[in-house]
Amino acid sequence: MTQPFRISGAGRLTPARSLRFTFDGKHLSGVSGDTLASALLANGVHLTGRSFKYHRPRGILSAGAEEPNALVGVERDSARRTPNVRATVQELYDGLTAVSQNRWPSLSFDVGAMNDLASPMFSAGFYYKTFMWPKAAWKKVYEPKIRAAAGLGVAPDQPDPDHYASRFAHCDVLVVGGGAAGIAAALAAAESGVRVILADEQAEFGGALRYEAGAKIDGTDGWAWAQQSVAKLAAMDNVRLLPRTTAFGYYAQNFVGLVERVTDHVARPDRHAARERLWQVRAKRVVLATGAIERHMVFADNDRPGVMLASAARAYLNHYGVAVGRTVGVYTANDSAYYAALDLKKAGVNVAAIVDLRDNPSGPAVEEARALGIEVNHGRAVTKVGGKLRVSSMTIEPKGGGGGRTVAIDALLTSSGWTPSVHLFSQSCGKVAFDEATKRFLPGTYAQDCVSVGACNGTDGLEATVAEAFDAGEKAAREAGGTRAKAPPPLTPPLKGEGDSEAFTPPSPLRGGVRGGGSGHPVVDASESWAGGMLGSGPGAGAGTTVKAFIDFQNDVTAKDIRQAVHEGMRSIEHVKRFTTNGMATDQGKTSNMHGLAIAAETLGKPIPAVGLTTFRAPYTPVTFGSIVGHAKGKLFDPTRRTPIHPWAERQGAVFEDVGQWKRAWYFPRAGEDMHAAVNRECVTVRQAAGLFDASTLGKIEVVGPDAAKFMELLYTNPWEKLDAGRCRYGIMLREDGFIYDDGVVGRLAPDRFHVTTTTGGAARVMNMMEDYLQTEFPHLNVWLTSISEQWAVIAVQGPKSRETIAPLVEGIDLSDAAFPHMSVREGKICGVPTRLFRMSFTGDRGFEVNVPADYGEAVWEALWAEGQKHGACAYGTEAMHVLRAEKGYIIVGQDTDGTVTPADASVDWAIGKKKKDFVGIRGLSRPDLVAAGRKQLVGLKTRDPKIVLEEGAQIVGDPKQPIPMKMIGHVTSSYWSENCGHSIALALVVDGKSRLGDTLHVPMPDGTVEVEVTGMVFYDPKGERLNG
Amino acid sequence: MLLIRCPYCEEERPELEFRHAGEAHVARSGDIAAISDEDFEKFFFIRSNPKGVVFERWRHVHGCARFFNAARNTVTDRFLVTYKAGEPKPEISAEDAGPAAWANREPAELNETSSSRLKEQVTE
Repeated sequence: MTQPFRISGAGRLTPARSLRFTFDGKHLSGVSGDTLASALLANGVHLTGRSFKYHRPRGILSAGAEEPNALVGVERDSARRTPNVRATVQELYDGLTAVSQNRWPSLSFDVGAMNDLASPMFSAGFYYKTFMWPKAAWKKVYEPKIRAAAGLGVAPDQPDPDHYASRFAHCDVLVVGGGAAGIAAALAAAESGVRVILADEQAEFGGALRYEAGAKIDGTDGWAWAQQSVAKLAAMDNVRLLPRTTAFGYYAQNFVGLVERVTDHVARPDRHAARERLWQVRAKRVVLATGAIERHMVFADNDRPGVMLASAARAYLNHYGVAVGRTVGVYTANDSAYYAALDLKKAGVNVAAIVDLRDNPSGPAVEEARALGIEVNHGRAVTKVGGKLRVSSMTIEPKGGGGGRTVAIDALLTSSGWTPSVHLFSQSCGKVAFDEATKRFLPGTYAQDCVSVGACNGTDGLEATVAEAFDAGEKAAREAGGTRAKAPPPLTPPLKGEGDSEAFTPPSPLRGGVRGGGSGHPVVDASESWAGGMLGSGPGAGAGTTVKAFIDFQNDVTAKDIRQAVHEGMRSIEHVKRFTTNGMATDQGKTSNMHGLAIAAETLGKPIPAVGLTTFRAPYTPVTFGSIVGHAKGKLFDPTRRTPIHPWAERQGAVFEDVGQWKRAWYFPRAGEDMHAAVNRECVTVRQAAGLFDASTLGKIEVVGPDAAKFMELLYTNPWEKLDAGRCRYGIMLREDGFIYDDGVVGRLAPDRFHVTTTTGGAARVMNMMEDYLQTEFPHLNVWLTSISEQWAVIAVQGPKSRETIAPLVEGIDLSDAAFPHMSVREGKICGVPTRLFRMSFTGDRGFEVNVPADYGEAVWEALWAEGQKHGACAYGTEAMHVLRAEKGYIIVGQDTDGTVTPADASVDWAIGKKKKDFVGIRGLSRPDLVAAGRKQLVGLKTRDPKIVLEEGAQIVGDPKQPIPMKMIGHVTSSYWSENCGHSIALALVVDGKSRLGDTLHVPMPDGTVEVEVTGMVFYDPKGERLNG
Repeated sequence: MLLIRCPYCEEERPELEFRHAGEAHVARSGDIAAISDEDFEKFFFIRSNPKGVVFERWRHVHGCARFFNAARNTVTDRFLVTYKAGEPKPEISAEDAGPAAWANREPAELNETSSSRLKEQVTE
C-alpha cells in the first residue's frame, strides 16, 4: 500500500483501480473515484499551497466547491494549464499533473512568507494607506511588486486549444442540487410526467449522503438509496441528469445558467469533445436544493494545514476511505462534528479529544462519543494550535480563559455550524430573512417561480428534508402542467458530437434493485441531528486580541481585520467587505461571510440583520471564459461579409480592408507597387481612361407604394414629388436634431418606386429609422420598405472611357447624353441579365453604376473588365475611391461628418427643399445653436508644402505661437496625396471655416507645425465639366 | 435573458430577438416646424428615466420587425405589459409594479437607511 492514509475496507472506491499522478513533480498514486484532494490526503499530504497575502502554508479545508485554500495548477500540456483549480473538486485521472502556487522557491520553503512576519504592515486596507507616497511610485514600484508577491496561479500564456459547447434547454422543473432533497424533488416531479432536469456539481449524485453514515431511506443506507433513485430517474425519458454541472447563475424569468464539465476528469479526452458545455435553461419551475456549507471555527492560527472542516474529514473517510490523520482533535459548537469523531474512531483512528464550546451538549451523538470512550470537553475552546507546515497540537482552555493544556494531534476537525446556500435564491431576486433563533439567513420573499427545499431552506433533519422536497417536487410539476396520465415529450434531442460518451450512465450493478420510491414518499428510517453552532470569533480571538484567527482563508482576512475596519469608520457590511476584501476571493466567502458579518455586528454593537448581508452575485463558483464564449471566437466571433465580386478581387491580388463586417478591396497592387504607387496609378487611370469599382456593399432600400414619394419627402431633406421617373437625386437624411444621418443617390424607377442607396455602414440603421417612422409616426402612408442591399451587385464604371466600356454589353438603353443624362436611371439588360443602370458619379468624371442581380455580379464584372481592358481601364479599390471623391469635395458621412454636422456646415444645404413644410430634422435645423455663428464648417486645406500629407484627426490652430494649451479651432477629417492634382489635399472642420477662405492656419504635429491654406472643398475640375467629358 | 411578449406575434420570445428603441409616448408634432424651442426640447431631449415603471418602445427586429410599446419596471426588470404601437398608455397600479427585488431590501428602505446612517454619522 503506497497510500499510508488509505484505510482498508473504508469508503466506496475500489483500491485495485489505482491511478498515478504528480504533485510538484513528486510521483504519487491514488484510486479511481478520488478527487485530487482525497488522493493527496491518502498520501498524507495536507500542505497544498501558500496563502494570497501572507504566504502562509495552507492545507485542504473542505471536500467540496467551497474550498478556499487548496488551489493548484493542473497542467495537461503547454497550452492547457489551468490555474486555481480546487483540489477538492478536481477528479483524479491517470497521469494528472498538479503544481502548487504562490510559492518560491518551494512549497515548504517560501521566501514570500516573510510577509507573514511583516503582517502589521499589511493589515486591512493597507494598499489604500501604506503605498500612497510618493505618488509616482505606485505605478512603477509598488503595484508591480505587490502584484508579483500576492496573487494565486499564473494564467496560461497560450491560446486555449479546447472548444466549448453551448445548449439552450427548456424544462418544466429544474432541480438544482442532487442531494437527498434534490433527488426526492426530482422523483416526485418526474413521476407526474413533466420534463425534469436534475443538475449537481459533483461527479455523483447524493450530496451529503456521501458521508452521512447515519442516514437510512427506504430501508437502505442513504448513499445506496440515492444511487438507486438516480438509476430510476436515468431510465425515464422525461428526465435529464446533469452531473458535474454547476448552476452558477439565476437570471430573470427562471433562466438559469449551468456549466457542465465534460472532460476535466478524463485522462485522455477525445480531441473532438467539448471541454465544457454551457446550458442555458428556461424552466417553468425551479426547485433549489443547494444544501448548506459548514463553517470553520475562528481561533488563533486556525489556518494551519491539517485544520479542516469536520464534514470534510467525514467525506474523506466514508466515501474515499482516507483518514485525514492518525490522531485527530475535534473543535465544535454543534452536533454534526461529533459524527466525524464517531466515524473516525470506529475506523480505528485515534480521537484525542472533542472540544465543545457549548456548556451542556447533549443528544445521541454526544452520548455515543462518550460511550466510545472519546474525551469530551464541554464549555472549553481550542485557543491555539502548534505546528507550521502541519498542525501538531491544540491548546484546550476553559471558555473564560486560564488553565490551558496542550494535546498532540496531527489533524483538527472544526465546525461552527452550517450556512444555508441561499446564493441562487438571492440571485433570483428573492429576499432573504434573518432567522434569529438559528442565526441564519433563510429564503424569505420569493420573486420568481422557484422554491427552496432542505438545508438551503433551513430545514433540519433528513426526514423533514425529504418530505418537504418530495412535496415541493410534486407541486412544481403540477404547477408546470404535469399529470401522471400524460406521456411526456422527449426532453431535448440527444447530444450529438459534443462528447456524447460523457452522458450520465447509472451505476451498476445496483445493489438490491429499485426499492421504495414507487408512487409515494421515500421513507426516512434513520438520520442524524446536525443542530447547533455559533458565529464569529471564538475564545482567544475576540476583541482586543492580536492573534491571526482567519475568517477568509483565500484573501487572508482575520477577525482582527474586521474589527479594524469598523474602528476605522466602516459601518455598512459592503464597506467592511471592500476594505478588508473579506469574501471577495474566488470562493466569494462561502465559509467566511457569516463570520465576518457577526464580528462586524458585534463590534458595531448592532444586531446582525441591521448590518446587512452582502449581495450574492453570479457565478456561484468560477466559470471559465471559454464556456461563456462557446464557439463564438476566431472566425465565428463575427460574420464576415463578402461581395459577389470578392473572388475576382482575390484572384487579382487585391489587398482588402475591413469596413464593418465587409471585406472590401482596398487597392490592387501590381508587381513592384507599394500601396502609394498602386493608389496613385489607380487614381490617374480612372481620370485618364476608366476604372471599375466594386460598390456592392452600398446599402440599398426599395421604397414602394402609392405614398412612396410622400414618404421620401418626410425622410429626406430633398423634394421628391417633382422628380421624374428615370431621374436620380443626391439625398440627405437628417435626425430630428438637424444633424446629417446618412446620404446617398436615390433613383426614381417609377412614380411609386424609389431605389434608395445608403452608406455602406448605414444600411441597417437607415432601414431601421425608415421602418420606425413608417410604423409609428407616419402609419397612414401606404408604403412598403424592402432591404435589397444583398440582392444587387453594384459595379461602378467611372472615367472618360466608361461609356465605351459598358456600351457593347448594354441592351435596350440609349446611352447618349441626351437620352441618358447625368443623374438618371434606366432598367434594361447587360450581358443578357436585368440591370438597373445608374448614370452617376462619385469621382467627378463621367460614370455609371451597373446594378445586376447578385448571382450575376462576378460574371458581369468579368465581361466589363474584358471590355475595359480595351480602353486601358483599371480596377480600383476603396482607397482610390476615397481620393477621387475628396478631389471633388464629395463628403463621406461618418468621416467628414460626426453627428454634429448640419447640411449647411458641410455645404450641402442646396439639397434641402426650401418650400417643404415637414421632413425629419426640419425643426432641428432652426435650433438656436444650429443657426448661430461660430459653427465648425467643412472646408478644404492645402499645405504650403504641397508634399506634406496631413494626418487625419490632426488638430488645427490659428496662432501657433500661443501658449499651451492652445485653442483648437478644428480638425482634419480627410487627407490624401492627390496624384491628379500634384499636391496633397485635405478636408477639415474649422470654426467659421467658410469665412476663412484664403487664410493661413496651422497644424501642430510632434515634429513641427504644418502651415495650411483654407480653400474651397473642390480641388479638381471645379466647373464639373468632366461629368460629361 | 428576458422573455418579451411581442403583441403582434402574440408570443413570448427571447430578448435576443428584440432591440430597445427608447421611451414610448413621445409624440412627434404634426406641425413640427412650428413648435417652440421649449416644446422641441421636451420632444427631443427630455426623457423621464424613472426608477420604477417606464413606458418604452421595443422592436421585434429579428422577428416580425414591428415596433411596439412596453411597460417595464426598471427596478425588477419585469415586463408588466406589452401593447401595439398607437394603443393608449395603460394604467399600471402600484401593485402590478411589483417588488423592488434586485436588492434584498425595498429601495425606499435602502434610501432611508443610508440617509439615517448619514445623520447618525453627522451626530457622532
